[in-house]
Amino acid sequence: MTTENFAACIATALRRIAPEIDLQDIAQDEDLREECELDSMDFLNLLADLKKQTGISIPESDYPQVRSYNQLISYLQDHHQ
Amino acid sequence: MESNQTSPNLIDITMPALGADMRDGTLIEWQVKRGDKVAKGDIIAVIETSKGAIDMEAYHDGTITELLVEPIIKLPVGSVMARMTATGTEPQVATSPALGTTDSTTATGKQTPADTRQADSPPTVRVERHPYLARHPSALVQPSPSRQLVSPAARLLASQQGIMLSGLTGSGPNGAILLRDVPAKPEQHARHDIKDKSSSMRQAISDAMSMSKQQIPHYYLALDIDLSIAKAWLKQLNQHREPEQRLLITAVIIAAIAHQLPRYPALNGSCHDGQFVPSKAIHIGNTISLRDEGLVVPAILDADQRNLEQVMASLREITERARRGRLRSSELTSATITVTSIGERGADSLIGVIYPPQVAIIGLGRLRKAPIVSNDKLCVGDVMTVTLSADHRVSDGLTGSRFLTALAKQLQHPEDLL
Repeated sequence: MTTENFAACIATALRRIAPEIDLQDIAQDEDLREECELDSMDFLNLLADLKKQTGISIPESDYPQVRSYNQLISYLQDHHQ
Repeated sequence: MESNQTSPNLIDITMPALGADMRDGTLIEWQVKRGDKVAKGDIIAVIETSKGAIDMEAYHDGTITELLVEPIIKLPVGSVMARMTATGTEPQVATSPALGTTDSTTATGKQTPADTRQADSPPTVRVERHPYLARHPSALVQPSPSRQLVSPAARLLASQQGIMLSGLTGSGPNGAILLRDVPAKPEQHARHDIKDKSSSMRQAISDAMSMSKQQIPHYYLALDIDLSIAKAWLKQLNQHREPEQRLLITAVIIAAIAHQLPRYPALNGSCHDGQFVPSKAIHIGNTISLRDEGLVVPAILDADQRNLEQVMASLREITERARRGRLRSSELTSATITVTSIGERGADSLIGVIYPPQVAIIGLGRLRKAPIVSNDKLCVGDVMTVTLSADHRVSDGLTGSRFLTALAKQLQHPEDLL
């Protein structure tokens, strides 16, 4: 999968969780949860959705590695086989 | 306002109440006509309320005999809208759960809560996010295969402009009629509708909270609860779980509250005109933010009968449905106590305003790192300030304080909640 694919996956997942968010408007190196106003339940749903789409399950211990949008993209790329 | 029966089998269909903050609703459209046979649970009308569009269901099997009002009409809660003859065997509960009859014990004193909910077979509430509907059709739950799908905003606009929905072609998923399909609609007009909608939600919250502060003599307690053990336990538990199976600390706290509450009946129930009726059932309302459109407070029903996994599943499910799906009216009307949470990145403590006719609300602050004194030694722990606002007509600070202490104790043994 390419960066574009992962970006599309995140966009799809966020559309279900926080439809009002325009990913163009968020600061991509800032805290994703703050940028998108995701609470812990939303974040969990985001990860569940991403797992469904990409097969990549992000463990709780790796949460610090996926704080920003850009970090999340890199994480998905790094863990994709 | 229990069953307004006019003859043994003739039943009034009334405007349902979906909480203390609902005064009226607007009948937008009948989905049935005179003579139609309906089954319990069939959608008979669409109502617009400050909580979103409601699919109002029939409470019985039977035949519609009269439609007494024509759309579009704003009606106070409890107004008779139509009549039907029931062919079912249980015509005793004719109306929707109204404010004041939400608790089974206040309603009849006979039924168990489960019975009441079944008999009520309440309308389904769709809290739809109007501005996004067109772009995100996946968020829609299809009501029934045969019914024309119409977004509430489109329905309202068409009604206001006197346009028949049947004459329109929908461009949404499954041919759903969306706002953009309703002709001759200047763009700013649509925005105006949305603004009206959210200000009506604000007005509803304002009404309920003003009423609460004017009528309920609140007392307030706060306790810093050490959640270091619970957090560490949860971390270990979640480590090997997939995202969809992980548990949140909020669920642990709600489960603990549910398990402790039966011992504190003065905090769980409803109070009408100063008369308190404790509830055996424990239905915990959870405030869920609809982001830019206010709040809804759906309840986890019979929370004390559920283990932690089940509480989490319920919480996940009602959050999801509140945000983008449908809530059932029983979930909006039957809470016996409310839990409100500021979230992980919010303030240290949150002191709630009681949601009438309930008598207590529990506020969960942010889970934070804080100094803890343990065995005369200072260490760093995970602390949450948990507050209780309760009705002083019903309970005293001592009771509330015992409850918070018991909750703190229970939370030192989260494994008991599984």
